[in-house]
Amino acid sequence: MSQVIKIHPMEDFKERSRDVLNNPGQRKNFRGAMDFLQAKRRAQFPDQEELQGLRELGSQIRRYSLANLPRLLEQLEARLSANGIQVHWAQTPDEANAIALDIAQRVNAKRVIKGKSMVSEEVGFNHAMEAAGIETLESDMGEYIVQLAGEAPSHIIMPAIHKTKQEIAELFAKEIPGVAYTEDVDALIRIGRKVLRRKFADADIGLSGVNFCVAETGTLCLVENEGNGRMCTTVPKVHIAITGIEKVVEKLEHVPPLYSLLARSATGQAVTTYFNLISGPRKPGEKDGPEEVHLILLDNGRTQAYADEELRETLKCIRCGACMNHCPVYARIGGHAYGTTYPGPIGAIVSPHMLGLDATYPLAFASTLCGACVEVCPVKIPITDILVRLRNESQAKPESEEATLRGSGAGRTVTGTAVWNAWAQVYSRSGLYKLASWFMSRGRALSPSDQGAWTRSRTPLVPAPKRLRDLLKERK
Amino acid sequence: MNATPNPTAAAEARARSSILARLRAPATTVPQPLPDVGAWFDAHQRHEDSAQRVARWRAAMEAVRTEVHDTSAADWPELLLRLMAEKGLRKLLIGSDTPHGAELEARRPGNIELKRYAESIDAWRDVLFDEIDASLTLAKSAIAEIGSLILWPTPQEPRLMSLVPSVHFVLLDAATIHPDFYSAMAAEGWKDSLPTNALLVCGPSKTADIQQTLAYGAHGPRELVVLLRHPASQSEGAAA
Repeated sequence: MSQVIKIHPMEDFKERSRDVLNNPGQRKNFRGAMDFLQAKRRAQFPDQEELQGLRELGSQIRRYSLANLPRLLEQLEARLSANGIQVHWAQTPDEANAIALDIAQRVNAKRVIKGKSMVSEEVGFNHAMEAAGIETLESDMGEYIVQLAGEAPSHIIMPAIHKTKQEIAELFAKEIPGVAYTEDVDALIRIGRKVLRRKFADADIGLSGVNFCVAETGTLCLVENEGNGRMCTTVPKVHIAITGIEKVVEKLEHVPPLYSLLARSATGQAVTTYFNLISGPRKPGEKDGPEEVHLILLDNGRTQAYADEELRETLKCIRCGACMNHCPVYARIGGHAYGTTYPGPIGAIVSPHMLGLDATYPLAFASTLCGACVEVCPVKIPITDILVRLRNESQAKPESEEATLRGSGAGRTVTGTAVWNAWAQVYSRSGLYKLASWFMSRGRALSPSDQGAWTRSRTPLVPAPKRLRDLLKERK
Repeated sequence: MNATPNPTAAAEARARSSILARLRAPATTVPQPLPDVGAWFDAHQRHEDSAQRVARWRAAMEAVRTEVHDTSAADWPELLLRLMAEKGLRKLLIGSDTPHGAELEARRPGNIELKRYAESIDAWRDVLFDEIDASLTLAKSAIAEIGSLILWPTPQEPRLMSLVPSVHFVLLDAATIHPDFYSAMAAEGWKDSLPTNALLVCGPSKTADIQQTLAYGAHGPRELVVLLRHPASQSEGAAA
């Protein structure tokens, strides 16, 4: 997965997009789901004033947390350690997997049951475990469906959003022994519940993500509806949580506003069914809970975003997915076309730090810059500004001052550079501009009828027969 | 922490210092003011009496299919046994050494089997997963705004009681309902006293992962039933 993605996720981006656009069934699934999620979110924020006030507060909390990030990470580590939770640091996906594998081998683990974790997708956790002979099983219903189908999630909150219930019914009937075809959603969920229930009891390790880490108390907060997150973090003897270094807040009181924004923005719920605060492993005298709890803190390019004041805003993200739910591009091409773990607008601005701009810059261009994502972002990330910045970075002269990211300048071509240099010459010298525009207007018959992507669905561009300066002269 | 010298421990130590060094490198970090969360919640405080607060809590919980029954300190055991019978449930998991568990045991209900959570889960995991029909726990408090129960599992009432059985009964005292999450954690002093695991529970487990169709009973309880205990003076009217 991540191994495949790492090489050149963008090579086939256009092709994948075209495939989805030519697939009416998929388009209908995505469009229907996005309309549904938009309406649900809208219903949760009837009061504009409250919404804007809460967004501002959420943005301030995230900005404050990031401004103090190194101190908060150290405080978090100290508090977690005092609570008996072991903290591990990883710079790369490989390091993160090595840490998890080390723990797994030490406790002689055969099976890992997983709660929803995008960071585990980011590092290719399942692959790394399976390569070492350890079975991994997704327990979030959507993730379970996607894993059963041998696919990757197409949305960060609703992983199986690209599938219809008929497709899931077929999948279950084919892949789960003894299951008959049924399109009844309640029955399908009952099947998933039954299959997975035993798996929680039998797993050696539970893996989860984290929504917020609280530095002052040493607490891991998990948000979910299904109860599988609680199962994974409570039933197996070992719980491993994995998260990005940016997910920390200083104070427990910073959590309620962010939780409210997250639940309402993500799925249009007032709250999720469960909000789970974990502050330690099983203590002497307690009768359940994991005996060991580990937290893996992952960098994977986040420090690159952190180094730049403008790009640092990317790290405010609380992973609600509202930006993709409201994106006209995502709604049409869906999550798989992006080829990255995180799709949609947030994927376009966060993936370059994880995979390099060279591998991801076309995503920054797959946007109309309409600003819908900026309008709904619960923590006010200036996504469109960052998209423009990444576009510029992709064209920057390598090794120059303007190239600040891994892979900057990857979109620069000889022809493109020559055209823009010529354009700059013409537009900065009036004599040259006069001459060039004269040739353009007089030679308009020579305009090519095939103008690449432009003429695929539009009539060719032809210069006006008279220049503006000619028209003004005639008026005199 | 990682005293054992192994290759991953060394790599982790390197990773830690590199990450922190990179985070400390930017010279331009603009100081940000500490956000005033309390002021925001104060400004959005509702002016309501306790009956209105209970009603708000109840409406929010019922909206996500939680069953709420009014009762009193005297009547709840009878109500619970009646609901068990109506739902066709036989095996009820209760905590060990809790006053409400003792109250229930004192009634010696004939057709209901009471099972105490008396020993470590490792000794009876299969029974919990396969044989228990329902559980009863006491909520610490609740939150009106988001329609939530606050559960702090204890050695007497451990974490899995509110998770594994298909039906979860919860005793809640109406007087403990807070207006919102922030005031709950402030009033109860959470930041200095969090247990190993604390939970907000807002209804039976659910999912909308298949074509956005909401289905209850995902991996946690299928039913969440709250026995709302009112103070003696009010309960007669409310329970009617």
